[in-house]
Amino acid sequence: MSAAKAHGLPKSVIAAMAFVSGFSIMTVEMLGARILSPYFGGSLSVWGSIITIFMLALSVGYLIGGRLSTRHPSPTTYAGFFMVAAITSLPIILFADAIMEPIFLTVVDPRYGSLIASILLFFIPTAILGMISPYSVRLMVESHEHSGHMAGVLFFVSTVGSAIGTLGTSFYFVLWFEVNQILWGAVIALLLAAATILLTQQLFQSRGNHSQGYANRPRKSAS
Amino acid sequence: MRIDHANLLPKLITLLCLFCAQVSAQEVIHEEKSKYRDITVTQQGDRRCLLFNVHRGDRNQTCMLVSNPDELVFDYTRMSFAGLLLNPNPKSVLVIGLGGGSIPMTFSDLFPDARIDVVEVDEAVVRVAEEFFNYRDTENMKVFVDDGRPFIKRAGLRGVTYDFIVLDAFSGDYIPEHMLTREFLQEVKSIMTDESVLVANTFSTSRLYDHESVTYQRVFNEFFNFKLPTSGNRIIITQLEALPPRGELVARARELADSLTKYGVPLNDYPRRLSTRVDWDMSRRELTDQYSPANLLRRN
Repeated sequence: MSAAKAHGLPKSVIAAMAFVSGFSIMTVEMLGARILSPYFGGSLSVWGSIITIFMLALSVGYLIGGRLSTRHPSPTTYAGFFMVAAITSLPIILFADAIMEPIFLTVVDPRYGSLIASILLFFIPTAILGMISPYSVRLMVESHEHSGHMAGVLFFVSTVGSAIGTLGTSFYFVLWFEVNQILWGAVIALLLAAATILLTQQLFQSRGNHSQGYANRPRKSAS
Repeated sequence: MRIDHANLLPKLITLLCLFCAQVSAQEVIHEEKSKYRDITVTQQGDRRCLLFNVHRGDRNQTCMLVSNPDELVFDYTRMSFAGLLLNPNPKSVLVIGLGGGSIPMTFSDLFPDARIDVVEVDEAVVRVAEEFFNYRDTENMKVFVDDGRPFIKRAGLRGVTYDFIVLDAFSGDYIPEHMLTREFLQEVKSIMTDESVLVANTFSTSRLYDHESVTYQRVFNEFFNFKLPTSGNRIIITQLEALPPRGELVARARELADSLTKYGVPLNDYPRRLSTRVDWDMSRRELTDQYSPANLLRRN
């Protein structure tokens, strides 16, 4: 399963990365209500806003990520997603109040206030995390016959990551840490993921050079 | 009701049996599912009660005697009026959490000229209070369907203040964690004047007691801790200025006691129960918007 491919990333590493992205998405989502409640309250509509925006952002991310994967899929771009997701998550930690206060002042209805705040805080990082899923599939798939299997494996791993992120955050992390500490944890996890991708790429590429026959074997899915 | 852990199980079983027996003797006259909870209205003889999430074993939110709706049936609703010992004549009142409406209706009855704003997050609770507990908006009393925190934040920005603030948003089942934090209490402070009194209905059991106490103490320096042996609630009473000495409370109680008799509030008993003694673990962490796992702390 973990044989290096032409691009140099073993499947186990891709799967681990999908886990990290699923984990981070739900960790941030679970903290969403806590971040918004000082301004928009804890009503059901606040949760509704958060979940809506996460779903929309992910759907857009899937579309763009899938599109990007068709042209020259590379581990460098893949690592870039993690890095950009980490960086675009920083405003949630650093500027949440500055972003929510003007919305609170101008939008009286907490439903729309929380919806706008969710867009500004969560849409971009979540969309970028969404790009990771289809891109992972592309990097992992070697042939048409395997594509469904590989997609299944990746969905499995990233959704288990989401489940653990949800449970960990709502049961334990909020009891042990402050909201921003947990968010920093997610940012660091994403940055470590990016670093892991780049390092394994280096490692396996240099190894791959010694076994070119295997790494460059003709593939049925070659376009 | 402080439960010590060694005796927890037998006590729980006894409680559960009492509870079941009680429920079976009560007639359910209304049931509905709102956005937030299951609402049940029961009646047993003269006593009509509002319950939230009865299937999960919540206790009564509020009860009313149909033949004598003025009388406050629960200790904690009666205890809320101990705040009058600090400000005996509020011109404006804010009540967060409507329930059956007994607290705002008593204020309206006592102070017909005072402006009373009530904030309730669940519109179904408002409907039930109107239909089964005689609650009505009046010229001076109005209920707002909103979350308490943004309501108070907005009031603070507009420069609105209240003489008497009651925080009663905590149903036994779920605690709105954003209304226990230091930042929230600072927003509450922004709608208080030197005349204002804050009365908060909080928890007397679990680790949350320590965390809440530490938080109130950091924001208000000192507060009266009001507990009765007959009640599982702890009422926090405080104001911006230094708390008055006991003598003053006793004198006020004597002046006011008669006007509260018809509601069943034994005001003369209250001054000696108002304590400023620290009986919580001061090393506990203060609750903030960054750290407020109140619902988890309650289970520990």
